[in-house]
This record gives sequence, C-alpha cells and structure tokens, in this order.
Amino acid sequence: MDNGTGIGARVKRKEDHRFLTGKGNYTDDINLPKQTYAYFVRSPHAHATINKIGTSKARNMPGVVGIFTGEDVAATKLGGLICGWMIHSKDGSPMKAGPHPILALGKVRYVGDHVAVVIAETREQAKAAAAAVEVDYGVLPHVVDVADAMGHKAQIHDVAPDNRVYNWSIGDEAATDAAFKRAKHITKIDLVNNRLIPNAMEPRAAIGCYDTGAEHYTLYTTSQNPHVARLVISAFHGLAPEHKLRVIAPDVGGGFGSKIFIYAEEVVCVWASRFVGGRPVKWTAERTESFLADAHGRDHVTHAEMATDADGKIIGFKVHTKAAMGAYLSTFSSCVPTYLYATLLSGQYNIPNIYAEVDALYTNTAPVDAYRGAGRPEATYVVERIVETAARELKMDPAEFRRKNFVTQFPHQTPVIMCYDAGDYAATLDKALEIADVKGFAARKAASAAKGNYRGLGYSAYIEACGIAPSAAVGSLGAGVGLWESAEVRVNPVGTVEILTGSHSHGQGHETTFAQLVSDRLGIDINNVSIVHGDTDKVQFGMGTYGSRSGAVGMTAISKALDKIEAKAKRIAAAVMESSPDDVEFKNGTFTVKGTDKKMAFGEVALSAYVAHKFNSAQVEPGLKESAFHDPSNFVFPAGVHIAEVEIDGDTGVTTVVNYTAVDDFGNVINPMIVEGQVHGGITQGIGQALAEGAVYDKESGQLLTGSYMDYQMPRAADVPSYKLGFTCTPCPSNPLGMKGCGEAGAIASPAAVMNAVTDALGVVDVPMPATPHVVWKYMQHLKKAAE
Amino acid sequence: MPAISMKVNGEAVCGDVEGRTLLVEFIREKLGLTGTHVGCDTSQCGACVVLVDGKAVKSCTALAAAHDGADVTTVEGLARDGKMHPMQEAFKDNHGLQCGFCTPGMVIASIDMVNRLGKNLSEETIRHELEGNICRCTGYHNIVAAVKAGAANM
Amino acid sequence: MENFNYYRPASVDDAVKAAKAKPDAKYMSGGMTLIPTMKQGLASPSDIIDLGALKNSGIAVGATVVIKAGTTHAEVASSADVKKAIPALAALAGGIGDPHVRHKGTIGGSVANNDPAADYPSACLGLGATIHTNARKIKAEDFFTGMFSTALEDGEVITAIEFPIPKKAGYAKFPNPASRYAMVGVFAADTAEGPRVAVTGAGAGVFRASALESALGKGFAAGSLTGAAVPAKGLNSDLHASAEYRAHLITVMAKRAVDAAK
Repeated sequence: MDNGTGIGARVKRKEDHRFLTGKGNYTDDINLPKQTYAYFVRSPHAHATINKIGTSKARNMPGVVGIFTGEDVAATKLGGLICGWMIHSKDGSPMKAGPHPILALGKVRYVGDHVAVVIAETREQAKAAAAAVEVDYGVLPHVVDVADAMGHKAQIHDVAPDNRVYNWSIGDEAATDAAFKRAKHITKIDLVNNRLIPNAMEPRAAIGCYDTGAEHYTLYTTSQNPHVARLVISAFHGLAPEHKLRVIAPDVGGGFGSKIFIYAEEVVCVWASRFVGGRPVKWTAERTESFLADAHGRDHVTHAEMATDADGKIIGFKVHTKAAMGAYLSTFSSCVPTYLYATLLSGQYNIPNIYAEVDALYTNTAPVDAYRGAGRPEATYVVERIVETAARELKMDPAEFRRKNFVTQFPHQTPVIMCYDAGDYAATLDKALEIADVKGFAARKAASAAKGNYRGLGYSAYIEACGIAPSAAVGSLGAGVGLWESAEVRVNPVGTVEILTGSHSHGQGHETTFAQLVSDRLGIDINNVSIVHGDTDKVQFGMGTYGSRSGAVGMTAISKALDKIEAKAKRIAAAVMESSPDDVEFKNGTFTVKGTDKKMAFGEVALSAYVAHKFNSAQVEPGLKESAFHDPSNFVFPAGVHIAEVEIDGDTGVTTVVNYTAVDDFGNVINPMIVEGQVHGGITQGIGQALAEGAVYDKESGQLLTGSYMDYQMPRAADVPSYKLGFTCTPCPSNPLGMKGCGEAGAIASPAAVMNAVTDALGVVDVPMPATPHVVWKYMQHLKKAAE
Repeated sequence: MPAISMKVNGEAVCGDVEGRTLLVEFIREKLGLTGTHVGCDTSQCGACVVLVDGKAVKSCTALAAAHDGADVTTVEGLARDGKMHPMQEAFKDNHGLQCGFCTPGMVIASIDMVNRLGKNLSEETIRHELEGNICRCTGYHNIVAAVKAGAANM
Repeated sequence: MENFNYYRPASVDDAVKAAKAKPDAKYMSGGMTLIPTMKQGLASPSDIIDLGALKNSGIAVGATVVIKAGTTHAEVASSADVKKAIPALAALAGGIGDPHVRHKGTIGGSVANNDPAADYPSACLGLGATIHTNARKIKAEDFFTGMFSTALEDGEVITAIEFPIPKKAGYAKFPNPASRYAMVGVFAADTAEGPRVAVTGAGAGVFRASALESALGKGFAAGSLTGAAVPAKGLNSDLHASAEYRAHLITVMAKRAVDAAK
C-alpha cells in the first residue's frame, strides 16, 4: 500500500473539497417540493402556567398552514421527550424525572420553552403568525441559579418538591473520612463551573416529511446520532415504528454534544408534516433560538477538600457538587454529573480514598446536557484546581507535587469505578515542561512585572475516560442503551470499498481517517474508499459520535468487519488459486499462496467473489460484504499535561494566554493532522470557558442575558495564541488499533490550566470563570487594597 | 416587489425580491447557491461573507434590493477551471476547516484580507483581520496557518 | 423582519422628499446597525430610503478634513489624506466593527445613528466637528443629544462631517469582549482651543470628560492624567462592566489615547 495514506499519515481530508467549494449539504441547504416553514412560539417567562392559548387571530394570518399546541400533540398520543439514563439516589430511589412535553402542557419552565408551532408557506409568514399567537400566562416564582435551587419556593416539577432530581454518591465515605482524620494538611476549595452554550456554527435545523402514500416518515436533521434519534422518536415518542421512519443527518456543522439530543423542534417537524397533508415542514433555528433552546453545558457549584499526609501524598478527596439540570432532563443529562464526572475524580493520581456526592437540581433554565467533554472537564477542573492549590499551600512545586502522586502502575483501579489501563504520566509531564520552557518562566514573569503586568503559569494534568462505552457496564449503571458501534464493509466487484458506519462526522474527518484504515488494511488507494454515514436507510444501525468514541469504538467495528472481509477473501482467493485458505497470505493488497508464485490483487479477488465462477457457492457464498458490531471492553483513557501561561494587563485586567502547551497521550494516532486540529479546537473552547464564555440568566427576571453574540463572548482568532503541541504514546490495550480518543481532551484540560495560571499570576486561590477583564480587575482592586 | 439583476460568480442573474429580502436569502434561496451560510442573526459570525464588487461584506446584513447591478462572488465562484483558488487549497493543505460551516466566509474573508493587505501577513495581522469571522471547531490555529500559506500563493 | 417599501433615490433632494412623504420612513446608509436592528424586530420602518445610490463619498483635506456622509469606514481608514491630517481618525475608522462591516458602514450612518457605543461620535465631539446636513451645519456639541438621539429633524440628512485638524489626537478603545463595540472609547485631541477628551461607550451617549480635559491642560501627556478620573455615577453598568470599571477604563484609555496621539 501507499504509505502516504495509511495509518499515521497526515492525509489531507477527502471531505474538504466539497466544503471549500460551497458544495456541502447541510440540512438548511435542503429544500423539498411543497415545503412549509415552522416557527415556534416560545415562553417569554422563566416559569408560568399556561392559562389559555389563543390561535384564532394567528390562523387567519396570510400563509398559515397549521398551528399546533401541546394539546394537539397530546391528542395524537405522541410521547414526551425522555432522559435515557436512570440514576438512583444514594437512598435507592429513582431520579425524579418530570414530564417533558414536546409542546408545553399547562406550564412553561424556562425562557424559550416550546409552547406552540406555527406552520406557514414562508418563514416570514410563520414568524409573523407566531407573534400573533396569544398566550395567557400566569407567572410563577422562578429560580435560575443552581446554588439557590434546592428547596426554593419555585417548585419546577411536581415529582421533585425540593427541585432535587437525585442525590447520588460514589466512593467510600467512611474510609475517606478516616483518611481526612489522619491528614497532615487539608486543602479546601469552592468552585463554580460556569454554564456554557455550545454554539456549533450551524444552528439546529430539521425537515420532517410524511409520505401519505407509503405512510412513512423522513426526518432530515442536524444530528450527531441519527439512529438514536430514530430509536427514540420511534420507541419512546411512538411516532412510527422504526421501519416507517428514516432519519438523515447530512453534513452537520459542528455538534460538540449539542446535537446528540432529541429535541422538541425536530420531533415536531416530522410529526406535524402528517397534519399538513404530508407537506414537508422545515425549521432552522435562528441563533437566538440556539442560545435559548439548545442544551447548555456545565453549570456546577462544587465544594472540594483534599487530604495530604506529611510526605505530600494525597490520601483522601471529598467532593460535593450541585449540578444544574435545567428545567427538564435532556436526553443524556443525568449521566453527565455522575458517571461521566465523578468517576474521573481520581485524576492522574493515586488517591486511595475518594467520596463524592452530587445533587442534581432543576432550575428554570434551558436543559443542561453533555457539551464537549461532558462531566470530564468539570472533574478535571475540580481535581486540577485543588491539586494546584494543595501544592501551593504545601509550598511544593505544582509539577513535582503532581509527579509525586501520579499513578505509575497499570492497570490501576481507582476508588471511583474506573480502571486505568495504560499511561505514562511522568513522560507527558516531562515533555510539557520542556516545550513550555518552564525554566524560563521566572524571567518572563519578571519582565511582565517590569511593565506593570501579572504573569502566571498553570498546569492541568488531565485524564479522561472516553471511547464510550462497554454496554454491559453502562447498562449496570443505568444507561438505557448499549454503546457499541456497527460497521459494514461493502467491497464492490471492481475492488472499490464502501464503509457504512454508525459513527457520524460533523467536523471530525471520518471520511478521511476511516478511509485511511481501509486503505492501510486492504492495500487499496484511499480514493477507492468511500464512507457512508448519517442515514438510517443506508446504515444498518449506529450509536453515533460523541464521547470521543468514533476512533476507539467506531473504527474498531470497521476493523473487525475488515477482518471478516480478509478471511472471506482468502477463501475465495484460495479457491481461485486452487490452494488451501490456510496457505493464502494477504499483504499490501495482494493475496499470495505460500511457497508458490501464485498471486491475486485485491480487486481480482473482489471480482471473483461476485462473478462466482471459480468457487463452489455451496461452500463459499458469493459476494464480499461483511458487517460487525463492536462493544468495547473498557473505556479508553487519554491523558496529558497542558501548561498555560497568561499575562494580565495591570491596567485593564485583560488576560492574554501568551503560551499554551499541550502534551497528550492518545495512544496510536491515525492522522496526526486531524488529531492536532481536534486538540486546537478543544483548547480554544476551554480557553473560552475560562476567560470569555458564560451563560447568564438574570436572577430577577429569569431572562437569558447572554442571548446572542452581542453578549456571549465567543473566542475569536485574536483571543487565542497558536498552540504548542506534543504527543506521547502508550497504546490502548483494549482495542486492536491501540487508539484512545482525542476529540474532547483540549476542552477537558484547558480551563483548569488557564485558571491555575490566572490564580498563579494574581496570587489568589480562586477567580471565577469566565475571568473576564471586569472580573480580573475586581480581583486586582482587592489585591491593591490589601497591599495598601 | 423590486426586480433586481446582478452578476453572481460571473453569471448574469435576476429576480424579484421584497424590500426586506437579504442578499444572503437571494443567494441561497433564489439562486440555490447554498455555500454561503447563515450562522447568526446579529451580524457577527461571518459565515455569510461574500465579495461584492471585490470587497468582503456580510450578506446577512445587506438588502438584496440594494445590490441591483452588483458583482457578487460567493464561495462557489472561487475555483477556476475546476481548480480551487489558492486560498481554498491552503485551507485544505493546512487543515483550516473541520465542520466546514464557517469555511466559506473564512475563505472569502481571507481572500479579501490579502487583496487589501498583500501577501505578507503576520500572524497578528491575520488574527486581527479575522475579527468578523467566528469558527467553533479549529481554534483558529490552522486557519491562521492556512491564510498565511494561501496569501503567499495568491 | 417586517417588510417595507424600498427606495433608492438618486439625489439628496429626492431622498428628503421621499422621507418627508412617509412619516415612518428611515434612511439607510451602510445598514450595518439598521439591518440588524430590524432583524431583531427593534425597528420596523414602513419605508427604507437607501442613500447608497447618492454616491456621496469622498474626502477633502484643506484647512479642515471634510468627509462626505457616504464614505465607508474602510475608505476613511485607508485614506492617505486622513492618515496624514488626522491619523487618529483613520485609526478609529480602521477599528470599527470588522473588515466586512467597514466595507459597508459609513460615517454619516454612524453619526446619524449615534449608538452610545459607536466610535465616530467620540471623534466628532473630541475634535469639535461640524455636521453638515441638507439644511444646515450643526456643531457636534449640539448634535449628539443622547442615546440614539441627535439634533436631526425629521427628513434631515447628513451630507458630510467636517473635522478641524488638531495639533495631535489619539483614540483608544476598550471593546466589549462579546460585541466588540466600544465598552469605553476615548478620543483625546490637542486642539487650538486646548485639550478635548470625548468618551463613548461608557455613558448614555458620547460626552466630554471635563476632568480629563482640565488635567491635560497641564500638558498634553499621559502623565498629566494620573489621578484624574471621571466619576462612576451615571455611567453604564451591565453584564460586562460596572460603572466603576468603566470609570477606571476611561482614565486608562485616555492615557493610551494621549500616548498614541499623533
């Protein structure tokens, strides 16, 4: 095969040509004959009863085709939105999931909640008529801050009188308490993990159509996992059985988690099509709607304590977190602050005793669910902020304090479920220290000080668990689905290959990396491989792309199918070359017979498989097509050390990330160029969280104050530096490719690195995120006052 | 309803528009050129940037009717004889795109940058000049590299 | 957005005539503020009178700098004449919005709109500019009358802005981190009549900072501003910056503007 396109090569992306020439095919680019447009009436209140919805005025507006409310939905017995992961409180009671109707029934619970839908001939007509829908609300008390939610007078769901969804715990409380009793030093920290709005650049969109003849539905949607969408819409909403529903997720413009979930708007479009005579119903979110109604991320309030012994070893760690769920439980929300969070609280460290408790709480805000990293950035933030703080309190070098406590033996069973399989944390630390020129930091700090500026250095030695996930394991923890992946390899008679995968690419470059695997394994030109994804009618099944799973799980499924292809092709080659399959070898795209000069190219075998002239079809079936399902045996554990260096303008409080080093261990890498790109993007989102982004709801009014790019600061090019990356490699033992995951690491690691740098610069324990100029300036004022 | 005509990617086009019809709506919906995207409603993300009479503008913040007679270039019009524009090539070579949604605006903005400032662009200049274009995927690192390389090849 | 009738008059007279005939009409120049405002439903004029066909752009430098109303920010920023006569004005124009906005947005539109976070009003007030309209000439002091409000009468249209040439001047902006509009922008000029300091972004509208002007009376140097401050009372306070922080930034930006003055 050509070494230029195999595993490990920096292959230029196959998908780029269409994106660069304007030929991408995103949902909003699709227009169907007789299409109508949907516009949603949304709640202007954080919490209110719906006394009456008056639609008669709106119905008479020009172009209106239909108006539907929650009662219309209920009349068709369409089920509400679900949360697919059952969490039990520590007292054994199941989580308290309130109803989540597709269009509100009787009550709205956050600003932006979906109340009614207007369908019209044009988008402008739908919007105008939506404004004419008269909703009589009875305003109720509301609560938007998770810190205030517990037992607040605003009771959001009847099933949860104190607003608590669950009170969950992990670890051994008694053993951890005992460790704290023997501690030489205890470090305490209070942290807020700020609420974020995902902001994939492509807003969510959907086109639903009902074929009245075939009685069959099709939904085009901006989804990271179209099969899961079909499963949920079919099995839980009961729209139609799966064979009567096709879900297509074409090119999708970024997801970051926000497009995993099954939302009301998409379901409404496909449901409503039937009631407007089968005309397609199209909805494209305005960015303002994305801010209001996409699932948000993070929003934790945490108190943590870390116990160390006289030798500077961590002996115990206690964490209590309040996690906002928003007004409803979104699709996977419940697992984020539990199994995706607290199971990572051991970090890269050998911590013998850990106990964590999580209160998940309803608030009158948009639902909170997985956003790039999902739980793991929150865990890393807690672990790495407190470890840094402990080191400072113990007057130890933060890097050396970490090194002293690193896990060094593998496998390593943590006290919080996870069993780390491979890693070399000291190696990543050493490499990061070198690339970041930590030795030269003191001089750089002095130079900043001479200009009246503050300079700080911060570490983040993160670990995360991704490649989700072993089905039986997650099933035992409450997951409603398995998290395997499927693949099908179709070899055409001419030897070209189509890979049908249940993974979904929305920026990750699967069309290239998956083809690299095939090119490598079958020894064929990468241009003879195409990747098919995102259509439930084409791909048998899939669990989609999130949790950095498409390499470790999705590609392993492909790899297993390729094993089967190779095995069958050998049998065919053996028959054609009149030898035993055991004597056939396959290398570099050629089948040879041991000890002879007989050989066949891969394409010749493919043709033979379909021509079927030269083998006994009773013994070997014609054709060359195989499928595989892969269920991973463990999570994978990417880990690394990121070092941020910041300079703070002493006059204005503006924090600039002046150097950023990331050294990551992702195991074996298929395409370093793409992996680096994932890291760059993740770091930037994390810097955004640390310094810029924060969703703010007004306590008094419950309104989202950061509802557009006018008020929600997205990182722009000038806000971030170029990054210095390095890699180490301990191959993952649990998949044949030795891969870990790279999609979320940057976002997981960077907030803690940046905030450790900011607090180092200012010499304070904590500065809240986002550390905007205003926030930092206020801290500088305190420092100046204290110094006086 | 004003009737307008303009040149888009070298071709004469015409159509009836409402006063409120945005240039981007005309391009996407009337002309079917869906390479130009809409990523926000407050004129900030830059996914909709096209060249009007050679200058980059946000087509979501421009009335179609005001562009009667204009010469518009969208991302679909950059390639020549099946060969991508050097800036398009540079985005591919430097992995300057991931999901591809901001990409058309980024590429057009970058070409405009070179047209205004020349081929020798510092990292600082490139980052500053991309103020009107938001990308959520790449972290800008490779976009900066792409613009630098693309500029040199223009 | 709501639909409207669209006009594209070829002369100022026609524009004024059209505006006077329609009480709910609005002029549009570059549209960089008006279109987003209409898209958000914050303005729904019955008629839009697009001044784009007037081709009223151009810069004349003599004893003063006269910039026609339809001149874009990009044209001002790149004008060799402006750079030579009032470099701070070119720099200010080059920092408005982003490159795409600067290709469309015009000085007349910006001044007529008088957004409290816009840059140009600070240059007008800081330099003591004169606003020329189809009907009269208005001093900047009299022109900006509060948030989004000006001395323009119904149907009156700006034709040019005339800037006296200062001894030197500088502009420094602290952008709102999200919107990139001025959270605090300070235009400081050393003029024939003495120092003038105009502040945008911080209050309900552009204003002169008399405390800073008198401090600069001791000498047009950043050092003169040490200890000088604009009181926080009355300044904007929002999600992004308290009034106290804005007050602090005014002095910092004023120093930077004076340092940058040419």
